[in-house]
Amino acid sequence: MAEPALELKHVSKYFGSVAANKDISLTLEKGEILALLGENGSGKTTLMNMISGIYYPDEGRIFVDGQEAVISSPQDAFRLKIGMVHQHFKLIDIFTAAQNVVLGAGGRYGVRRINEQVGSIARKYGFELDPQKKIYDMSVSEKQTVEIVKVLYRGADILILDEPTAVLTPQETEKLFSVMRAMKEDGKSIIIITHKLHEVMEISDRVAVLRKGEYIGCVPTAEASEASLTEMMVGQKVELNIERPQTEFDRPLLEIRDLCVRSDEGSRAIDGLSFFIRGGEILGVAGVAGCGQRELCEAIAGLRKVESGGIYHEGESIVGLSPRAISEKGIAMSFIPEDRLGMGLAPSLSVTDNMMLKNYPTHGYGIEPVPVEPGDDSPRAKGLRIRNRLGAFLNRHCPFVDRRQARREAEQVIEELGVVTPSAETPVRRLSGGNVQKVLLGREILTDPNVLITAYPVRGLDINSSYLIYDILNRRKREGTGILFIGEDLDVMLALCDKIMVLCHGRLMGVVHAAKTSKEELGLMMAGALDLMEEKGKVMGVAKDSLIGEDETWDA
Amino acid sequence: MEDFFASAISIGVIFLFGCVGEILTEKSGHLNLGIPGIMCMGAAGGCLGVKLCVMGTDAPSGVLTVVVAILFAVLFAGALGAVYAFLTVSLRANQNVTGLACTIFGVGFTTWFINSVVIGRDSVVIGKIAYAGRYFFNAHIPGTEKLGWFGGIFLEQGVLAYLAIALAVAAAVVLRYTRVGLNVRAIGENPATADAVGVNVTGYKYGFIMTGAAVAGLGGLCYVMGYMNGTVGSTVAQTIQGIGWLSIALVIFTMWRPALAILGSILFGALYFVSTRITGISFEQIPLLNLIPFVVTILVLIVTSIVGHRETQPPASLGLPYFREDR
Repeated sequence: MAEPALELKHVSKYFGSVAANKDISLTLEKGEILALLGENGSGKTTLMNMISGIYYPDEGRIFVDGQEAVISSPQDAFRLKIGMVHQHFKLIDIFTAAQNVVLGAGGRYGVRRINEQVGSIARKYGFELDPQKKIYDMSVSEKQTVEIVKVLYRGADILILDEPTAVLTPQETEKLFSVMRAMKEDGKSIIIITHKLHEVMEISDRVAVLRKGEYIGCVPTAEASEASLTEMMVGQKVELNIERPQTEFDRPLLEIRDLCVRSDEGSRAIDGLSFFIRGGEILGVAGVAGCGQRELCEAIAGLRKVESGGIYHEGESIVGLSPRAISEKGIAMSFIPEDRLGMGLAPSLSVTDNMMLKNYPTHGYGIEPVPVEPGDDSPRAKGLRIRNRLGAFLNRHCPFVDRRQARREAEQVIEELGVVTPSAETPVRRLSGGNVQKVLLGREILTDPNVLITAYPVRGLDINSSYLIYDILNRRKREGTGILFIGEDLDVMLALCDKIMVLCHGRLMGVVHAAKTSKEELGLMMAGALDLMEEKGKVMGVAKDSLIGEDETWDA
Repeated sequence: MEDFFASAISIGVIFLFGCVGEILTEKSGHLNLGIPGIMCMGAAGGCLGVKLCVMGTDAPSGVLTVVVAILFAVLFAGALGAVYAFLTVSLRANQNVTGLACTIFGVGFTTWFINSVVIGRDSVVIGKIAYAGRYFFNAHIPGTEKLGWFGGIFLEQGVLAYLAIALAVAAAVVLRYTRVGLNVRAIGENPATADAVGVNVTGYKYGFIMTGAAVAGLGGLCYVMGYMNGTVGSTVAQTIQGIGWLSIALVIFTMWRPALAILGSILFGALYFVSTRITGISFEQIPLLNLIPFVVTILVLIVTSIVGHRETQPPASLGLPYFREDR
């Protein structure tokens, strides 16, 4: 057998006293696709960063083509023909695809010349790519293509793809896989990081599993099953089924009618959208990144101007109300953006202060009203009434805030959701991603909302933390809260949600019952290839028992 | 009218030096508010260079004087640019604060340096520098009188005016059509990306900040020796500082394009000239006229912000320090 393309021997990497990778030995044969599987925080990306020169291993040796290699910078990796496509794209927005590809590489520079070169690489492997298109005009999958072509342009023989499918629709994933197969035919060796098991089964030749920074084992894909891989990954058999409790659906709580919202760039982000949420149901929102989820959340929460259409809460329009007034009506939003900290929490404030940020009007100065019998006209009762009114006024308008109550709330959230933090006074940015998300969700739930909008609540969380979040959502659902769940993972949405609505470029493609649909159907709808609204001629997204008082029908 | 346009150009090229210098700096992601001070440094260095060439000889060489003056202007301005680069690139100091400090230093230093070190109340020196300004820096191509208004406006400029336009064209070509330009624009947009593909971020930043400073420094020289014909006054630094701020405004006005800056600088030159030569208004109202270029810049900002096109925006990471480990 020929030399392996890449071989790691006893590689370790420590961050402080924490071992991110511990004694890992791994081989990558020439012309194979190796899947690297592991939960979040299991050290997959750290390991790959050592191969691509971003980190330097503390212990162990790396062999490329049988030769020991020192990879201390990305340039060393390029020289060894190793190229990595990161999860977060590293592209210059105002450059064309071709300019991004040739950036930093040698050779003569000329617009026509580089366009030809990049075009020919794209053709060779079957990418669809316009070399002259600017990055800011591109979809996520096009950007990913640029990243891959960039690596190929530098002549990489070993490609590392870090969760490439996380941002793609099933159809785009298929396309990526066929390109990967073409590259494999061409003799390239590929490592793909993913935590989607069915993709592992579909594309890889072998699977290597990491758990908590340790190497668990490597098996040929043909001999593995999803169950056996999960067991290797998690360490014990876990229940993969997400609970979907049956609840009595209530009257529609939140109704959206013909909503149009513009994006920051001025294009229609939400285009004539109608849907509703009932109490006690979880409505999933599926769609590729940037199909209007963010704008929808912001419009409901009052953060974004509504161009036309209506948003009704229990039959009352909330369009034009301030975010504060909307949240006082019982609509809570938790949006986890890509960087996790961007929206909702102030990173350098403590957990307590972050509780206070949203809930301070209900804290006020913490003056509790003294109960007074109605009809009691004694001077004492009159005095107490004045006192209560004054107290309520102070609670609302007092310039001071009651930190003790915020602290109590912070401690309540920490305890109930199992947030791992040294104390309630720790700045939020020092917590790990999962704990930050719990704090955000916990704060939103604390106000006891009747509509909860949650976007990407499990973004980047490991399986156990994710299940905890699902439990929290299900608990709210049983208590009759209507939940809008904007998610990324279709498997999770199929299991957790009652109904799923699919958006494509801000348009409603249809609302389907989670139990009666399939991932393929959702994928087609996400890509805009299947439009139930047109196909079946049904009026979807308008409740039969609408509280708005229009006689439209909803065909369930 | 001919005089008006000729003057507009001769003032405009001072703006052009400052503007091209600042564009080169900003394209690497650094907002250098030290440009006014750096332009002053150029004036200080230039005057010293001229003095060294014209003193102690009865027949100084014109070419040598100009070359040495340019060299000294570049050296002085580059030195302050290097200080700015060291503070903001290597030490990652706040760019605005560092830039303002550079301006304060440059203006103060130049006032002292020109008055005490270069001139030192020596009327002989003043006369000789003025002579160099008149006959070396503003030497005309012979025979331009025959070309009518065209010659009067475009061909009777001093040598530095043509240098300014040449530098602006060169900057435009480098930024747009070369690999160096591609790399530096990438750094200004997203240094982490450029770093990841092997562009020497620190090297490029130092290179462009110091080149930018050197180019801006020539603006100071151009003011003293070109526009003022070598008339060195005690308020030189103050005036150059004002021109420097306008040059930074001009960068925004021209949307970071050196080629557009050539036209923009002539417009700014015309506006500036109007404010110094207009008659029929009271002395107290002159400062109001000085505001015109700023008002025009604000209008351009409003228009580009509303249009919001990606290509007319400043480099995305302008003003942000870059630290490799800070991913």
